[in-house]
Amino acid sequence: MLRNGPDTFGWVTILLHWTIAVLIAGLLVLGYAMTLPSIDPVLQFDLFQWHKSFGFTALGLCIIRVLWWLAGRHPAAVAGLSIRERQASFAVHSLLLCLTLAVPITGWALASVSTLDIPSFYFNLVVIPHLPLEKSAVAETVWTTAHAILAYGLAALVLLHAAAALHHHFIRHDAVLVRMLRSRRS
Amino acid sequence: MSAHSMVITAALMTLAGLVAHPALSQAKAPTLDDAAGRYDIDGSSQINFKVGQVGGGGISGKFTKFSGTFQLDSGDIGKSVVEFSLYPETVQTGEPRIENFLRSTAVFDTAAYPKIVFRSTRITRTGEDTAQIEGNLTAKGTTRTEHFDATLTKWNRRVIGFHIQGGVFRTRYDMSVGIPIYSNIVEFDMMVNGQKH
Repeated sequence: MLRNGPDTFGWVTILLHWTIAVLIAGLLVLGYAMTLPSIDPVLQFDLFQWHKSFGFTALGLCIIRVLWWLAGRHPAAVAGLSIRERQASFAVHSLLLCLTLAVPITGWALASVSTLDIPSFYFNLVVIPHLPLEKSAVAETVWTTAHAILAYGLAALVLLHAAAALHHHFIRHDAVLVRMLRSRRS
Repeated sequence: MSAHSMVITAALMTLAGLVAHPALSQAKAPTLDDAAGRYDIDGSSQINFKVGQVGGGGISGKFTKFSGTFQLDSGDIGKSVVEFSLYPETVQTGEPRIENFLRSTAVFDTAAYPKIVFRSTRITRTGEDTAQIEGNLTAKGTTRTEHFDATLTKWNRRVIGFHIQGGVFRTRYDMSVGIPIYSNIVEFDMMVNGQKH
């Protein structure tokens, strides 16, 4: 089952979901660690480059994820969800998808406007060009702040999303978490 | 031959340790003894470097504090000696964060190694006004043999100037951060002027 069914997720959605989840968690840890003030400068440089390469990977997968989400069908909500819960769920999922695009794009923008002008050399394989934005210290501060706020906002939303999934699984004993773990014939 | 080019030619011959040509002697060109001697490298010198980056461009900068001498042998250019020290703390690139990064333990580690030193071990004439300088470069506690190409750019009784170029592999000096985004090769492009001592 590659595609989503009437009340199941397909493998494409499941694989994208968990790959992006791991990337987001790793990028948050990397992003936090690499900006620690006491970090060794060589390690810091290398962590920044890893962060950028994984960040571009996340952006690519998130674009596919959003297109797949827009193009495919959405499985019906599990039984027992109130209207308000469905609205909240839709709002959080929509916001999550928006942030998974906005966070890497603001990161790309900040790398592009930085007066350090460090090329984005994707896994030391191919240069990803900077966005056509003017480099300045002010622009770098603005995009850095936006990137950090959106990233930590995304982290908070991911925690909420994960807590809700665990709540459904352990308290309500419904299929919300399980159906994102494996695809089933409907 | 203009007076100017005669002076240059005489200077080159002097540097190369050649016996002055009779025609030049008759023109009262500077003698061998005039060029020989010790010159102190002065502040008008430009110690520029560039490290290329993937996709074009790179980091360009200069060092503003340095010192050194040319000791030109009157008989044999091969016996001449160049000594040069620079203080990497004074690196300038136009971006303070890059300068601080270069001063840090990632690159120069200026706190532990405040001085970079070059001392020539062999100078070989390669052309009318050119020579190759081989010597020991000591940076960040490591000494390696490096080569630079020098071209005489000016000379008179008090001042001598060379355009000196050469590439140095930074991996040899425990400064390999940023490869392959930034080139391993640091290209030096220097105008080194000496005042006669």
